[in-house]
Amino acid sequence: MSDLAVDVRGVSKRFRLAHGQYNSLKERLIHGGRRQVTEDFWALRDVSLSVREGETVGILGRNGSGKSTLLKCICGVLQPTSGEVAVRGKLAGLLELGAGFQSDLSGRENIYLNGSLLGMSKRQVDRVFDDIVDFSELEEFIDGQVKFYSSGMYVRLGFAVAVNMDPDILVIDEVLAVGDERFQRKCIDRVNQFQREGRTILLVTHSADQVRSICDRGIVLSHGRLVAEGEPGEATRIFREGLMAEGAGMAIADSDYVAVPASPDSIGSDVLPDAERPVRFRSVHHVFSGDNTVPYMRTGDDLTVRVEFEAFYPTEDVVFSLEVRDASENMLMRTDTSIIGVHIDAPVGVGVMHFGIVDMPLLDGNFSYAVGIQSRSGILYDWKENAGTFEVMNPGKTTGSLRMDVHAAVISSGDDTHDASAALARPL
Amino acid sequence: MAAEAAGVEARAPRRGTTTRIVAPTIGVRKRLRELWLSRELITYLVRTEIKVKYKNSVLGILWSMLAPAMSLAIYWVVFSVVLKNGIPNFVIFLFAGLLLWNLFQFGVLTGTGTVVANGGIVKKVSFPREILALASVGSACVFFLFQAIVLVVFLVVLHTVPDFAYLPVLLLALVAGVVLASAIAVLLSAVNVYLRDTQHLIEVVLTAWFWACPIVYSFQAQIESRLGPKGLTWIYFLNPVVPLVLSFQRCIYAKTVVPVHGVQTAVLPPNGMLWYVGLDLGVLFLAAVFFLVALAAFSRLEGNFAEEL
Repeated sequence: MSDLAVDVRGVSKRFRLAHGQYNSLKERLIHGGRRQVTEDFWALRDVSLSVREGETVGILGRNGSGKSTLLKCICGVLQPTSGEVAVRGKLAGLLELGAGFQSDLSGRENIYLNGSLLGMSKRQVDRVFDDIVDFSELEEFIDGQVKFYSSGMYVRLGFAVAVNMDPDILVIDEVLAVGDERFQRKCIDRVNQFQREGRTILLVTHSADQVRSICDRGIVLSHGRLVAEGEPGEATRIFREGLMAEGAGMAIADSDYVAVPASPDSIGSDVLPDAERPVRFRSVHHVFSGDNTVPYMRTGDDLTVRVEFEAFYPTEDVVFSLEVRDASENMLMRTDTSIIGVHIDAPVGVGVMHFGIVDMPLLDGNFSYAVGIQSRSGILYDWKENAGTFEVMNPGKTTGSLRMDVHAAVISSGDDTHDASAALARPL
Repeated sequence: MAAEAAGVEARAPRRGTTTRIVAPTIGVRKRLRELWLSRELITYLVRTEIKVKYKNSVLGILWSMLAPAMSLAIYWVVFSVVLKNGIPNFVIFLFAGLLLWNLFQFGVLTGTGTVVANGGIVKKVSFPREILALASVGSACVFFLFQAIVLVVFLVVLHTVPDFAYLPVLLLALVAGVVLASAIAVLLSAVNVYLRDTQHLIEVVLTAWFWACPIVYSFQAQIESRLGPKGLTWIYFLNPVVPLVLSFQRCIYAKTVVPVHGVQTAVLPPNGMLWYVGLDLGVLFLAAVFFLVALAAFSRLEGNFAEEL
């Protein structure tokens, strides 16, 4: 029991959605004795979850599935309607894009404010202050009021504060999706460092790839219930299939996901029932050029993925997508026909389309691919996880995972080392 | 294992880590303990609040003195010069009452709006939120100190000597006032999250409340002389701020009977120190009970702050 960092015991959270909410005393008085019409909405229903110390857990779910509410309950920002959460150790959270800042204060003052809210003394904050500023890269702006910060700067400061307050438990909601790519990289590096140091991390994300690459365990929430819990790959699969089963109208483009804070009114508006999915897969195969007597392809061969689909209604502007992953489920590439610039209309009946990967740049390894069908607006019609696997063998002697055309040339040679280093210093 | 390989020292498990429970409601006793543990945070928030308030003004902290100085000047002109109430050294009499009233009013007013004003923090960080209301009262106390210094200057300039024997009574009244303001601020700060016009309503209520206190007029001369014969003075004392104001006046203004327009007139109750102490203790007791009730109510209302803001 003692090694549990977070113990969520049967937590439920109810929100009262009031129709035409009377948000002032005046309105209450005007509307007199009539009781407000309210509707109960359960954001969480009897969710139990144990996170051991040092574990990294990813929470997956669609918008409105209760992910953010769960994190808020864990952080203690929201109180559950029933059940309770036990949190052992210091917790720092980044809820919905950023830490809690007082917009009238400067970045510097907000760092101290946040520190004292987390129970640190001024001296303790003094010690980490420089690290925070370094990490956030906001040296020039640190004495400016945060209301003048851009959203990127806001998130950077928030992340820097949270990770430098030496928390035992780090709770991150969606923040890894914002900021520029370099900063994202830096954040993920820091998360990895936290993992090595044995800290506990809870991560809410829409990005299945992030769960796969960072987490030890994934849980899937749907309509406020915990529907799956397990290996990250397994959780991701269930999450994707869950989306499918619901015919969920949700963009599947993980990498360019734009965070939308979950709000009760975004729920249940975009569900597409099974029967209304107009285009579905029939089969997916692949072939490769070159020596077809061996069960693997060689680097430099061409790979063709043949997709057979069936349209039940005439559907215009269908987008097919392709994702290639390596053996540890890292996404290597994602593209779709709209990116490639191929317009596909699907009249009723069976159709065939091809994806061709020319001159395979991958070196050795086992790879898999997934395919999807969606509307241009991102409504997912069908998705096939692990649609096929293929093995690549590299006939050359280069090692690693990717073929690059590398040239080598001698610029100068001889005894004069000074010259040689000068030559090296010259930009190539 | 991986940690060692990467050359990073695994952190030693932290000793004495506390377990925090997030439950539907937090009991009053636990809240009081957490408040005590967060006392450093309160002082920090008080500093922050003062900083935020006067951040963008050149005059800075002096600005905070302008409003009280203005009301003091106006009441003095109206009641002493225009209406000629004849109370000698009226400015001291006035200042004594206003000193306490300003503390009370400022604490209640800013405290009511504070949870909404600090929504950015309340939505993201978990901490005992009633601290925000207490910090508002805390900053009211800081402004009280500034005003008290100005009052001392007035006393010296006007060669007036307060009744130092009543200083403990004044301090008792001050404590009672702070507890009362805290109780109201804690309750209303939570209510204001759900009913946003509480903030505006309380302004109106406070204006009426001000005139129901013997600050710009004398209790003994105006109230006791009228209600006393009918035995209705107790109605006036339903206002818990009244004894506190009287205690301040008794200590600072010091004289109970003064010549008004050449006639010796009682301006303050002639009762002894015990009378003041008894009343102030009564107010303190009621305020403390109300404070606990306010905490319990806050506890119930707090659960949905993050959603309502």
